[in-house]
Amino acid sequence: MIDLTQLTIKEAGEQLKAKQVKATELTEAYLDRAQKFNKKLNAFITITEDIAKEQARKVDELIADNQQLSPLAGIPIGLKDNYLTNGIKTTAASKVLEDYIPVYDATAVTRLKDANVVFVGKTNHDAWAHGGSGENSDFGNTLNPYDVTRVPGGSSSGSAAALAADMCMAATGTDTGGSIRLPASFCNLVGLKPTYGRVSRYGIVAMASSLDSIGHLTKTVYDSALILNATAGHDEMDSTTSTEAVIDYTQDIERGVRGIKIGIPKEYFEGLDAKIKKVIMDAVKKLESLGAEIVDVSLPHTEYGVATYYIIQPSEVSSNLARYDGIRYGSGREAFGSEAKRRIILGTFTLSSGYYDAYYLKAMKVRRLIREDFTKTFEKVDCIIAPVSPTLPFKFGEKANDPLQMYLADIYTVNMNLAGVPSLAIPAGFIDGLPVGMQIIGPDFTEKQLYQIGFAHEQEAQLYKERPKI
Amino acid sequence: MKIDIAHVAKLANLKLTPKEEKDFEKQLSAILDYFKDLQKLNTEKVEPISNITGLQNVSREDEPKPSLSQEDALKNAPKIHNGFFEVDAIFQENE
Amino acid sequence: MKYEPVIGLEIHIELNTKSKMFCSCSAEYFGADPNTHTCPVCLGLPGALPVANKVAIASAQKLGIALHCENLLSSKFDRKNYFYPDLAKGYQISQYQEPFSLKGYIEFDVNGETVKIDVTRAHMEEDTGKLAHAEVENKKVSLIDFNRSGVPLVEIVSEPQIHSSDVAKGYAQKLQQIARYLGISDCDMEKGSMRIEPNVSLRPAGSNDLPQYKVELKNINSFRFVQKAIEYEITRQTEILEKGETPALETRGWDEIKNKTFSQRAKEMAHDYRYFPEPDLPPYLFTKEYVAELKANMPELPDEKRARFIRDYQLSTYDCALLTTDIDLAAFFEDTVKAYPKGEPKRIANWIIGELLRRLNESQTPLSSLNLVPASLAELLLLTDEGKITTASAKEIFEKMITSGKNAQELIKEFGVEAITTDKLEEVVEMVIKQNDKVVAEYKAGKEQVFGYLIGQIQRQTQGKADPKTAADLLVKKIKK
Repeated sequence: MIDLTQLTIKEAGEQLKAKQVKATELTEAYLDRAQKFNKKLNAFITITEDIAKEQARKVDELIADNQQLSPLAGIPIGLKDNYLTNGIKTTAASKVLEDYIPVYDATAVTRLKDANVVFVGKTNHDAWAHGGSGENSDFGNTLNPYDVTRVPGGSSSGSAAALAADMCMAATGTDTGGSIRLPASFCNLVGLKPTYGRVSRYGIVAMASSLDSIGHLTKTVYDSALILNATAGHDEMDSTTSTEAVIDYTQDIERGVRGIKIGIPKEYFEGLDAKIKKVIMDAVKKLESLGAEIVDVSLPHTEYGVATYYIIQPSEVSSNLARYDGIRYGSGREAFGSEAKRRIILGTFTLSSGYYDAYYLKAMKVRRLIREDFTKTFEKVDCIIAPVSPTLPFKFGEKANDPLQMYLADIYTVNMNLAGVPSLAIPAGFIDGLPVGMQIIGPDFTEKQLYQIGFAHEQEAQLYKERPKI
Repeated sequence: MKIDIAHVAKLANLKLTPKEEKDFEKQLSAILDYFKDLQKLNTEKVEPISNITGLQNVSREDEPKPSLSQEDALKNAPKIHNGFFEVDAIFQENE
Repeated sequence: MKYEPVIGLEIHIELNTKSKMFCSCSAEYFGADPNTHTCPVCLGLPGALPVANKVAIASAQKLGIALHCENLLSSKFDRKNYFYPDLAKGYQISQYQEPFSLKGYIEFDVNGETVKIDVTRAHMEEDTGKLAHAEVENKKVSLIDFNRSGVPLVEIVSEPQIHSSDVAKGYAQKLQQIARYLGISDCDMEKGSMRIEPNVSLRPAGSNDLPQYKVELKNINSFRFVQKAIEYEITRQTEILEKGETPALETRGWDEIKNKTFSQRAKEMAHDYRYFPEPDLPPYLFTKEYVAELKANMPELPDEKRARFIRDYQLSTYDCALLTTDIDLAAFFEDTVKAYPKGEPKRIANWIIGELLRRLNESQTPLSSLNLVPASLAELLLLTDEGKITTASAKEIFEKMITSGKNAQELIKEFGVEAITTDKLEEVVEMVIKQNDKVVAEYKAGKEQVFGYLIGQIQRQTQGKADPKTAADLLVKKIKK
């Protein structure tokens, strides 16, 4: 018998459709693994066993009834615990919401339910999605399945670890400054940060509203496209969602990269760790050999990204976390962890009277320049390839006491959030057994093309077949 | 650059421990120093961008839809009384 | 030293949209059970996002146009950050830098003089929940109802150009009149759909500087109390200044039972609203054509209507001001003029001002709540013209029309007030002459004052249904015979 937990979503979907496998069997297999490895990795805050089984049973009934189903029907996935789930505890990984039971579903959750996915559980993450390592969770660290002494990357730490350890087939995430791409890179996964406004933010605990992108992590590029097919699209409950038509993101995914112009921005490679640089440039060469054209480009305002981001983001955080006053739900404000408090204080300060112009207003101006860097560059090239992280997955505690050092680790990811453009992080290789990722960045709403490029590389590199030894 | 942490904490409705105050002051002043980099950029003629979507005039029709039940509205509240949320008295009435 | 009051008004008007400002909860919350008109958005639940109400925005813009404001083509919402238990999200969605309307004015009459006060801005925002104070298990607590949370408001801020409580009241009343004409708000102060917050301070008479302090007055639920609260503050602050002290910069509530203001200091309120553009709502960009269309579709406003009434109906400015107080009353007047074949606007105006408006003011009810149609008044006037009823009876019938909503014919029959015919009246007159031959003789002898007595006798015999003029004519005629 095949190991069900080694399948891709595409493969599993085909087997479910062909009635070779039952959704309940698939779900049981993942639930077993989730229960078993969660003790070790702490990837899930809540495992929703009963709900998962019920959802799987329903899918089996629908399949038996020969109903036309989504390719995601019966697929066990994890939901980051900042996605509100009606009747299922949603904590945002903070003690503030330790016992919070939402009375409504996030739009993305509704859409995934409509596609009949199976919810394995709610994944751990840095509280309020604040962090790049997972160490800020109020419910303990999540460990990296590739090396349990190292961080899995954050903030979507549990989603990445659960997926890399085959505790689910995909997991959702949120990416405000790299929170999907960084853990994808640290755990050998595909992580999509869609264009801002492509996927509804409604019902997802807001971190920084103008930056929050709602995406997901998968093993393969194709699987990523399948999930986006379900979650993307205008939502009348989120005024910032685009009315741009949703297309089938899997269509023409095998198109290849012939004629595609790939920009290599010098600001992202100067000073980059030589080993990481080599892994990424090898991947770029692979794409070149497949027919892509490689072009040197420059995004001159890159260096201002982290400062701009760490003004805008905490400012919005300070406002978005103001609703947690312990009156209508949750604990009082004393229950915030220290990173949340730090960001609230910083953001309150940068918005305060006398400082607004020097910080927030200035940052909004630089943000325009950063976005213009991208729009100008995309007049010359179809996409940009860049590293995701300046370092390999680091050890627990390595940066935990120096917030600035921690923030600087976001150097390669925050600019895409500031610009709003989509970015697809894919595995690029390994260094000493630790995963290295790279990101493919495109103009607004070009997720389909990013998938084509990612898919071309994936077919060559086949890195998704690698498994951590746990 | 130093932040008046006590004042900002009051604005933010946060009670910090003396240790937090001390740590934050040090950490945030390092961060604010780092922000100084931005001053190198001349942005005099740059319009701030507050919305990157390019969307405009998003609005909805004025049509009421059902609300939550009172039970659901109060479901997660630590303290309720006769259908209301309850908090400690907030006014100090003089005279 | 003599002091001059410096008063600015911040007035909140709750719009009468069907749904709330940023969510689809019903905005008709008045009298509803607590927390039954809420949803994730207006309760500030995690993850909820605002979506703006189209009609509310248009209403705010119309008000801006009516207040002669510059309507900004480029506009947006901002977040106003502060903590208060009735503020669900810890910020209020408001407008700071680019409100829908800026720089207008309101012109109105006070004691026969026209006053013009500048309006600084008219911006949109969302209402907060409502706090009530109670004692639960011997402990003082505050109770919160979020039904009102997220109801659309327009805040109209005046320049501090007001120097008396009369002018403050006139300004607020004119604003109420305009908003009601536009049909965008009930502006009911008692129900809280119009909230007036005067900022009051004093400066030495003759000075042009703004005082170094100001006192904000809250919890005022009638125009009368606006005046009283301001008057009280002027006296209170004068006393403080005369002692050589400066009044505290604070918010004071109005206690309508004790007739005084009191300090309303909330615990640990720090003020720095940290406004920034609301990232959840893309900005607005309107065209000049759009604003022109809004304006074109607006109803005639009070000033225009009054001017037209003066011109078209040849009535006094005073009468026209009264007739146009309320848009419904003005329409009632015009419709009655149309329904009454003889026209006679002055006569109709007298009826409406003397009879209808007086009763409406006495009973404090709006015309719309009455079951009265213009055709009924026109019919009543016709019946009087035809001598079917006396003017005195007509006034009684009109009062009954107002309370019952029945038409004139029905009421005349019901109460038997039909004027008696001339033939019948002749008989009565002859009878009265016969029965009072001595008095008639006195009259004939030149004692004219007894004439009234004879008329009185006629009215007694007819239970007042005789037209006084016809009765007098007949009496003279018959006596002369």
